[in-house]
Amino acid sequence: MAGVSLLTYGFVFLTPGDPAYTILREQRQSPPSERQVEAFRAEHGLDEPFFVQYLSWLTDAVRGDLGTSYYRSEPVTSLLIEHIPNTLELALAAMAVSLLLAVPTGVVSAVHRDTWLDRTSQFVALLGVSMPNFWLGYLLILICSLWLGLTPVSGSGTLGHLVLPAITLGTGMAAIVTRLVRTSMLEVLEAEYIDTARSKGVRERLVVYKHALRNALIPVVTIVGLQFGFVLNGAVIVEVVFQRPGLGTLLVDAIFARDYPIVQGVVLVTAFAFVLTNQLVDLAYVALDPRIDRRGGEQP
Amino acid sequence: MWPRLHPSSLLERGRTLVDSQRGRAIRRNPHLRLGGGIVCLLAIVSIVGPVITPYDPSAQALEARLQGPSVAHPLGTDALGRDVATRLVYGARISLALALVATTVRLVIGTTIGLIAGYGGGVVDAIVMRVVDIQLAFPGLVLALVIAGVLGPSLTNVIIALSVVGWATYARVVRGSVLSVKDRAYVESARLYGTPRRRIARRHLLPTILNPVLVLATLNLGTVVLAAAGLSFLGLGAQPPTAEWGTMIADGRTYLRSAPWLITVPGVAIAVTVIAFNLLGDGLRDVLDPDHLEDRERRRT
Repeated sequence: MAGVSLLTYGFVFLTPGDPAYTILREQRQSPPSERQVEAFRAEHGLDEPFFVQYLSWLTDAVRGDLGTSYYRSEPVTSLLIEHIPNTLELALAAMAVSLLLAVPTGVVSAVHRDTWLDRTSQFVALLGVSMPNFWLGYLLILICSLWLGLTPVSGSGTLGHLVLPAITLGTGMAAIVTRLVRTSMLEVLEAEYIDTARSKGVRERLVVYKHALRNALIPVVTIVGLQFGFVLNGAVIVEVVFQRPGLGTLLVDAIFARDYPIVQGVVLVTAFAFVLTNQLVDLAYVALDPRIDRRGGEQP
Repeated sequence: MWPRLHPSSLLERGRTLVDSQRGRAIRRNPHLRLGGGIVCLLAIVSIVGPVITPYDPSAQALEARLQGPSVAHPLGTDALGRDVATRLVYGARISLALALVATTVRLVIGTTIGLIAGYGGGVVDAIVMRVVDIQLAFPGLVLALVIAGVLGPSLTNVIIALSVVGWATYARVVRGSVLSVKDRAYVESARLYGTPRRRIARRHLLPTILNPVLVLATLNLGTVVLAAAGLSFLGLGAQPPTAEWGTMIADGRTYLRSAPWLITVPGVAIAVTVIAFNLLGDGLRDVLDPDHLEDRERRRT
């Protein structure tokens, strides 16, 4: 995390041009004087050497203070707290959509392997990973909101506002998960205990859903967890499409406004969330699969 | 300096592949044929299209704005009266070029670093893999967005941003395969024979790691097309009046109701391109990477 924070903070120093100058010029609509630039730098601590700035930012960050926005003069932390729930809501809804779509499709695909059912669902999955999600978003707006009038076009708040963004974001993920469920199911269905179950006379439906699916879902859990990063990526664009106030819109606006404290804050939070989910996935994996021991090696 | 991927060695590799038994498998694989076909078609369109079309991609004709598909404009015109089909083929140039360049940069950086880590071992390995971990701790597009935004919107900066973000996966894959072959007998004997490390890396290690890297790169082309279109859509990539698919969708969204073809056309183009690269990558993996053999084939053996 230390490296992550250093990288996050370091980005500002890649900027061509002086942020103080740019921001003041845009705020005042005229080139600022040398003295005003100096004053702005001093106010935001931009006149100190890089490592001094970084350390003071980091110590504040650990205490939960990520600085103040250049433009809105609001603390970054409170802006983040304001926007995180919207993104989280979208991410969870999208994951739910993707699981609802992917698990049944993947199972059907594996059980009816090499039939037209399988081929169709594989093709749809390929389509799902290959469509740009912002485009899918607009198509859905066009069809569901403008033509059919079922859902509101943009904004947030009600369940209706959540449906389209969640579908948009969930589809891309569903495609990946479908493929995974399919391969995982195929592998499990070939295992000996499945043959055993069948020869005992257990009904096929029970074999598939009770014996096979349970084991097949273990690797799926991992990938779904790792997909969280994918969801964060996608959320940025989907939020812009549907004009949902979330971390994504906050980030994009801040980038264009060169409001670096916000940019740093959002990046740090997403990276932190990403690392945290990866850790949780590791823990979940151990909890789900008793065959894996806690030192990471697989027992024979 | 550590060995780099020479274009000639890639070519040589390609030639031997086509001639070998695998070459036949490559030509028979349906995914490869379909994906390769579409990619060839796209390449031809992006080269020939701009020559054939009678229109200029950025010349405005306001009297002909927002026209639906017709004989003169097969895919209609946009809000400034520009021919959508023309902009589409010019956009294909940008998307394909961008995908190729960014993927190549990723591949070269990632492979070099992976070789250094895998072959260097010890402290070098530990440090390099730490950097890789940090890199992978960021959600890719968010990071690319920030880099492109900080550097300022332009196509070059999109390439830089996408390269900075994507190399880590290659480094990981390459390091893994280097570690798996490093202690094999033939590498050991080369070392005992007194072959310089650089030469061992190039002659003995590089060929083994090339297959997984090639597969990864092909699948990556699709991802890069998507990411680049996304960045342009947000306004961080190609700047107007350049014709680029992501920008075309961004421009078209204002006219969603009155001119739905404006977003449909570039969207389909992006999707088809990405599908093609994905098919190509899947096909290559089936042929080149025995660990990922299709279940059907695994059963047969």
